[in-house]
Amino acid sequence: MKPAPFAYARVRSVDEAVALLGETAEAKVLAGGQSLIATLNMRLSAPPLLVDINGIDGLEGIAHSDGTVTIGALTRHVEAERSGTIAAHAPLIARAMPHIAHPAIRNRGTIGGSIALADPAAELPACLLALGGDIDIAGPDGTRTVKADDFFRGLFETALGPCDILTGIRIPAASKNTRIGFAELARRHGDYAIVGLAAAAQGDGKGLKNVRLAYFGVGSTPLRQPKAESALSSELNGKSIDAAIAALDLDPPDDVQATGAVKKYLAGVLLRRVIKQLMEPLQ
Amino acid sequence: MNGRNVEISLTVNGETVTESVEPRRTLVDFLRENLALTGSHVGCEHGVCGACTVRLNGEIVRGCLMLAVQCNGAKIETIEGVSDSGEVADLQDAFEKRNALQCGFCTPGMLLTAQELLAHNKAPSRDAIREHISGNYCRCTGYHSIVDAIEAVAQQRGRR
Repeated sequence: MKPAPFAYARVRSVDEAVALLGETAEAKVLAGGQSLIATLNMRLSAPPLLVDINGIDGLEGIAHSDGTVTIGALTRHVEAERSGTIAAHAPLIARAMPHIAHPAIRNRGTIGGSIALADPAAELPACLLALGGDIDIAGPDGTRTVKADDFFRGLFETALGPCDILTGIRIPAASKNTRIGFAELARRHGDYAIVGLAAAAQGDGKGLKNVRLAYFGVGSTPLRQPKAESALSSELNGKSIDAAIAALDLDPPDDVQATGAVKKYLAGVLLRRVIKQLMEPLQ
Repeated sequence: MNGRNVEISLTVNGETVTESVEPRRTLVDFLRENLALTGSHVGCEHGVCGACTVRLNGEIVRGCLMLAVQCNGAKIETIEGVSDSGEVADLQDAFEKRNALQCGFCTPGMLLTAQELLAHNKAPSRDAIREHISGNYCRCTGYHSIVDAIEAVAQQRGRR
């Protein structure tokens, strides 16, 4: 199908974008457009105005300093995929990247757009949650930072207000003790996951501490699993892994890909795979 | 507000084009309807099938997930351009020889996608080829012959 008519404005600054969003109710931000334009084509949404932020200078790029990796909102997936900084200092993002859609979409889609849309089956929101990252936002009342734990609020619902722009994300850079794990099941490479799991932890002797598990594709938002996390944070053996799987607090709804019961079972399968990755120190 | 037309100027296959477009016109519809470049195909119109693949500033994108207005000042290349220049002639030959197409609907997108893979990876494994073309649907071949053709061209180019 073709989109319903809309007006189009290409802005040069974040302030200009925020002001325009304030003037037109239901206006939408256009970044990479890889989800937005699909919904326009299918007429799942019909905003009166698209505010194209692609012309704003300084919203893209990847930087590492003082133990933090900063990724600008307009950074394309492909830039993160090829970035030496991401590979060295944000290995969970690097590991997730090839699973995100297909090359032609990664060339265009943005990191900020993926977080701002918060598709419950998308990889990056779960990675950000597993890493305990921060989201930088600019809005009518100035700038603010929201923690990933407080950002994802419901189905496609986040801490972003209607006139807010997500300007970037920040994640703690990997250290010598950092452990990461990532696994997802999809019918076709690059499709949205049936179930996926992003995880981060610190190595602690033969075990793990500060385990953070973020499941995706199993609820309205990416979901942490505090009970399973603590089961893995004491000692790591067959018994604690079984206990962690038994402690998974998931009630996935049925969808076109699988029933909730299948998804819940697969969540346990993925946890075993991810624990194997978490046990390996980073190279 | 309404969808008032916007004038855009861009390069398509090396030629400068200036046109007035509705903001809602997608890039692939612009190429097909305004410029009569019908080699880029319209399949699913929501980014799943890859039939509309074109190059934007040297990188492949979904023509259905870009608006023409976003392409003001951009450099677009379509299957017509890369075909006329001979850039993908060896891929086209290999596709024909190995029956890597039947109806041909996916072929323009498949060729541009394969060309991008070979530009970044001179000797891709069969798995890497499958992964790279995972965003392009083919309902005729079952993909095997497409992977064969791309692998053969990678080897051929490696020998040159």
